[in-house]
Amino acid sequence: MNSKMKKILVPIIAVLAGFVLGAIIMVVFGYNPLWGYEDLFISALGSARSIGETLQTTGPLILTALSFAVAMKAGLFNIGMSGQALAGWITSMWFALSFPDIPRVLMIPLVVIIGMVFGALMGFIPGILRALLGTSEVITTIMLNYIILFFSTYMIHDMFQKNILMENTTDQTKLISANASFRTGWMSSLTDNSTLNIGLIIALIALVIMAIVFSKTTLGFEIKAVGLNPDASEYAGISAKRTIIMSMLVAGALAGLGGVVYGFGYMQNFVSQSASLDIGFNGMAVALLGGNSPVGILFAGLLFSILQTGAPGMMNDAIPPQIVQVVTASIIFFIAVKFIIEVMLPKAKEIKAAENAKKKGEKA
Amino acid sequence: MNLVNTLQIIVANMLIYSTPFIFTSIGGVFSERGGIVNVGLEGIMTMGAFSSVVFNLTTASIFGSLTPWISILFGALIGAVFASLHAVATVNFRADHIVSGTVLNLMAPALGVFLLQVLYNQGQININEQIGYWDFPLLSKIPIIGQIFFSQTSLPGFLAIVVAFIAWYVLFKTRFGLRLRSVGENPQAADTLGINVYAYRWAGVLLSGVLGGIGGAIYAQAISGNFAVSTIVGQGFISLAAMIFGKWNPIGAMLASLLFGLSTSLAVVGGQIPGIKEIPSAFLQMAPYVFTIVVLALFLGKAVAPKADGVNYIKSK
Repeated sequence: MNSKMKKILVPIIAVLAGFVLGAIIMVVFGYNPLWGYEDLFISALGSARSIGETLQTTGPLILTALSFAVAMKAGLFNIGMSGQALAGWITSMWFALSFPDIPRVLMIPLVVIIGMVFGALMGFIPGILRALLGTSEVITTIMLNYIILFFSTYMIHDMFQKNILMENTTDQTKLISANASFRTGWMSSLTDNSTLNIGLIIALIALVIMAIVFSKTTLGFEIKAVGLNPDASEYAGISAKRTIIMSMLVAGALAGLGGVVYGFGYMQNFVSQSASLDIGFNGMAVALLGGNSPVGILFAGLLFSILQTGAPGMMNDAIPPQIVQVVTASIIFFIAVKFIIEVMLPKAKEIKAAENAKKKGEKA
Repeated sequence: MNLVNTLQIIVANMLIYSTPFIFTSIGGVFSERGGIVNVGLEGIMTMGAFSSVVFNLTTASIFGSLTPWISILFGALIGAVFASLHAVATVNFRADHIVSGTVLNLMAPALGVFLLQVLYNQGQININEQIGYWDFPLLSKIPIIGQIFFSQTSLPGFLAIVVAFIAWYVLFKTRFGLRLRSVGENPQAADTLGINVYAYRWAGVLLSGVLGGIGGAIYAQAISGNFAVSTIVGQGFISLAAMIFGKWNPIGAMLASLLFGLSTSLAVVGGQIPGIKEIPSAFLQMAPYVFTIVVLALFLGKAVAPKADGVNYIKSK
């Protein structure tokens, strides 16, 4: 079995194994997994509106997954997507609410840029610490997630002007005006008033750009080279330090953009968060499932969006929707232990080949 | 409020909030000294908290006031069971340690809330039997010092400090500790000497499960008094930070945990304390995480972790 086949088969097997495990858990607790999964898919894809919601969910996931993938290709573990996305969301939202009269043609690019800049800044900190001092980016990004989380609460409580907050609360802002919203009439009317918005288009553009960056540009090559062997790259004249910082900047910018798309497309305002944003860790899951490749991320992003959008539908069968997150986590677990799948794959083929040979022998 | 009272509140709360960090960070030390990076401490704590709460509710009528203590032991057991997922993935199946640890973190809250829905049909549940404040016998009678350090304080906190010293002894003075460390520093060499690398790495991860489970259980039994998706939010990551801050040493981890416990408790009770009142609680909450980055960047660099930490050992034929 060649490695390309394996590359495609491993995630498929992992997904199936995750669904089977979820089904087993449901059976154990007395639920019917067939009904559960049926309702999941119906509520994710059963109507124009639900398809719109599912596609809408894909946008931020693709962006945070790309963020993880860029860092991963440079040999770095960016676990800070939640914080970077949050930084992008809150700063761009603050800007949009503070200057509500900027015309739409200017507003949309401005909030995108602001979100990307602040996301990039949050990626820059772990990047430069790793490049110059060798500090583990795993720890710094995890710590930054919490720092940004608490700081965002401080920002909305103590730094935001009172007139942009909703009345009688300091926990959420007013909704953005129509000229800042990523929602467009034609996209929502196409999908029966769903929250589908230009965020999906932005994410797809980012996906194409990153595919080109990886395959056609010097930066992409340098990132991959540093990821494969930093010492050899230094020897070949690539500055590993500069590349590490660059890849974390790009990663942060992508996650920040993910936060903007989530904020301006889905949420329409900023709400004080009590825990890290889900899109961060889900983005990591999408990237791992998609093997860090742009095409893989697209499909994995769609699958995760289906799971996420469809999960509440399982309540129709009284099944707690958290089972879907258990399925998600176990898919990643099976991806992580792909060694065992890879070991078993050729064996399965050999057994089949042996059986076929036997059958042929019997016929003859 | 007089000074002694103020100090008493600060010390007691520091100890209470440190306790889960101390147990969990020492668990992290055992895992990483054996060479397995464990970013899944957060998930392990969540399962410890969840299982201890269920156990507490189920058996409160049987064990009475002893219930929280037995619940903590049950939390330790479930913590170990949950950590074995990480062990089998990283030790036997060559999984990336960070990915596997993240799976624990993703899995635990979902599983906890799912089971809560199945068992009680609700997303949050409170316990009735909790661990409360405690007076140290005799020592609490000492004037001033007794009041500051030994009255209205936390028994699990004192136990945690004792456990830190025991863990230090086990790690640095016993044969088990020496072998565990050798497996984390140079598994090839250890293997050559006939040490079962896989078994010791399993032991390290299981110990992190036991101690992380205790940490999470204590958080539920002595601090939050409930389980919900928001019960364990970041305590595991603070423990991870305390472990690194403490240079992978149980005593160091304990001291770092006390520091982190202090800033966490100030964020909670700071409103009662003059001088602290003026600092927004968000900054006190942020402090442990900022400390960790600064200390890691300025003083530790990359050279402190066990050499083979995070490296899968593949036995050659």
